[in-house]
Formats: sequence, structure tokens, C-alpha cells
Amino acid sequence: MSAVANLLRRLGGGVVDGIWRLGFVARFLGLLLLLSGQSFRRIHLTIREIYFSGVLSLLIILVSGLFVGLVLGLQGYETLQRYGSSEALGVLVALSLTRELGPVVAALLFASRAGSAVTAEIGLMKTTEQLKAMDMMAVNPIARVVAPRFWGGVISMPLLAALFSAMGIFGGWLIGVAFIGVDDGAFWSQMQSAVDFRFDIMNGVIKSVVFGIAVSLIAVFEGFDCTPTAEGVSRAITRTVVSSALAILALDFVLTSFMFRGQS
Amino acid sequence: MSRTTLDLWVGLFVAIGIAALLFLSMKVGNLSAGSFATTYAVEAEFDNIGGLKVRAPVKSAGVVVGRVADIHFDTQTYRAVVVLSMNDGFEFPKDTIASILTSGLLGEQYIGLDAGGDLKMLKDGDRIRITQSAVVLEKLIGQFLFNKASETPAGGTQ
Repeated sequence: MSAVANLLRRLGGGVVDGIWRLGFVARFLGLLLLLSGQSFRRIHLTIREIYFSGVLSLLIILVSGLFVGLVLGLQGYETLQRYGSSEALGVLVALSLTRELGPVVAALLFASRAGSAVTAEIGLMKTTEQLKAMDMMAVNPIARVVAPRFWGGVISMPLLAALFSAMGIFGGWLIGVAFIGVDDGAFWSQMQSAVDFRFDIMNGVIKSVVFGIAVSLIAVFEGFDCTPTAEGVSRAITRTVVSSALAILALDFVLTSFMFRGQS
Repeated sequence: MSRTTLDLWVGLFVAIGIAALLFLSMKVGNLSAGSFATTYAVEAEFDNIGGLKVRAPVKSAGVVVGRVADIHFDTQTYRAVVVLSMNDGFEFPKDTIASILTSGLLGEQYIGLDAGGDLKMLKDGDRIRITQSAVVLEKLIGQFLFNKASETPAGGTQ
């Protein structure tokens, strides 16, 4: 009996805790947006964060984009040539990258490369009481530490996703045209006639902006909210990566169902 | 505030990010002259549009001269009304014939225009009067079987 009661109690506690955190996230986001103006006045803080989360993620994004494109080229060719339409390889590679793989995979990589670093940094600042010290010196830690990291991530994410897609298309071209020998003109012209600027590319960009906001918010929040111990920081980093990945995939489904309703 | 090497890297990053976006729009999405060209709308009524879809190309002699902008159903005549947005610069006579054709093995359908000999040209809001509907495979097979059946002499195997 007591085991059941215990289970129920833990379940209830978990739910209440979750709602508590949700409310805190909302308040945190509101405060962050309010104080963003203050942190934009010292723009070099945000530029610094674009360097750390954007420029330093470049290598992993470009290399993985290239490999994803290479794999898409090989697999796509393998399937398409069975139906005698290997010229459609460009369409396959470009559509899958701009619509889905570019924003999603870039966001997943971004969450594990830059999001975790941001959480660790803010968490360690909290553990070593730097945030409290700032508060004592009348420097708002949200304006000074959190907002620049948030905006750095939001600005970097769409650019990284675009680079990922571009690199992937280059990879697909490399395999399809340069190695296998699909016709170069057909590769590009079929791609250009099938990919629509507003429908495919802009929707991909919108997706990457939304993912950027989600990942950056989760990363700064988990760091700000962590238990100020060594274990707490490590748990916060784990939570950042896990909940970012879940948020990206769930949001991707929601956005896709709004953008592509099955009518063509 | 002095310029630092960090600013240089961030500037470079933003520049190649925007370059990638431009590459996607121009080279992949083909966002060039054609997409922003001004268009004029022409309507055409069809008995059956088959699998024609919005954004399908409108071709004349194989050259894309416009796109299908809208397809709706006329409850008065029980026919499909297709709105074509034609690129400016391609003018067609009033007695142009619009037909729904199929390209490729997988059956992507498009509208083909055959220019007539009228001296007046189609203007914005005009309606193409002579149209040819899509070929429906079932009807075609039915017709073929019917013809075959009438060919076989009476008293054969049914």
C-alpha cells in the first residue's frame, strides 16, 4: 500500500515540479526579452557569443553537412537508378536538405556542440557564485550573461543550417555528378524546377530560426536553473542535450504539419 | 571599442552564412528574373483536369510561359476553372487552344498552349475558349475495349 502511495506521491511531485519549471521558463523568457535591449547596447558581448557558438561550430557543421550530402547522393542514386530517373538526384538531395535535414540535423549538432557549452558555462558561473556577485554589483546577470548567449545562438542557428544545406547539396553533387556521372545540367535544372523559393527554402529558414530559439532558450535556462553543485551542472548539461533534441524533433513535426499539409 | 580579430571571424561567419543562403535561393531555388516577373491572369475551363496541380507549368512549344495559379470548380457549369498566370512578354492570340498534357513517365501534368491565328491578343482576365481535357486512362481503355469488341465478328468467343 505504502509503495503505491509513494509512487503516486512521486508522480504528483514530478507533475507539480514540471509545471513549476514551465512557469519559471515563461517568466525567464519574458525577463530575457525585456532585458535584451540593455544587452544590445553592448553589442560586443553578443558578437563574442556568436563567435563561440557560431564560428566554432562551423567545422562540425560543414563536415557533417558534407557527409550527409555524400550519403544522400549514394543512397538516392542507388534507389533512383532502379526507376531510370537518376537525373532526379538533385531534386532528392536539395529537397530533403532544405526542408528537413538541414534545419534538423544542424540544430541537433548545434544543441550538442554549443548548447551544452553554454549550459556548462552559466552553470559553473552559478556554482562559483559569479552570478550572485554580479547581482551584488548591480549588474543584472540576465542582461550581462544570459541574453547575449541567447541571441548569439538565435543568430547563429539559421546561418549554420543554411551552410549545412549548401554543403550537403555540394556533397550530393560531388557523389552524383563528379563520381557517378549523372548529367550536370540535368542535376541542376531538375533541382531548380522542383525547389520553390518560398515553399521549400523559406520554410526551412523559418524552421531553423524556431529551432535556434528553442535550443538557445533551453541551454541558457538549464544553466541558470541548475543546482549549484558539480553534479547539478553535469545533470543540467545532460538535460540540455536531451530536451533540446526532443524539442527539435517535436517542433519539427508541428512546423512540418503546418507547412506541408499534404496538398501539393 | 576597438576592432578585434574576433569581430573579423564573426563577420566572416555571417558573410559565408548569408552566401550560403544566397546560394540556396539562387542556384537551388532558382530565384532569378522569372520568379518576380510581372504576370497576367488568363482563365480556361476544362471538362476534366485529371491530375493537374497548382504551380504546374504552362508550356507552349515546350517552353515554360507561365504557371497554374489556381484551380476551382464552377458550380454553375460543373466544369473546372483553371487560372493561368502568364509571364508578361508572352502574348497569345485569342483563339489559342489550351490542352492538358502529360510529361514524363511518372505523369506530371502541365498545360500546353497552341497559338491560333487571331489578331487580337489575350489580355488580363480573358478566358481561353477552346480547351482540351486531360486524357483519363480508364476511359481510354474502356473505349479501346469497346472498339475491339465491335471489331470481332459475331459468333466468336462472345
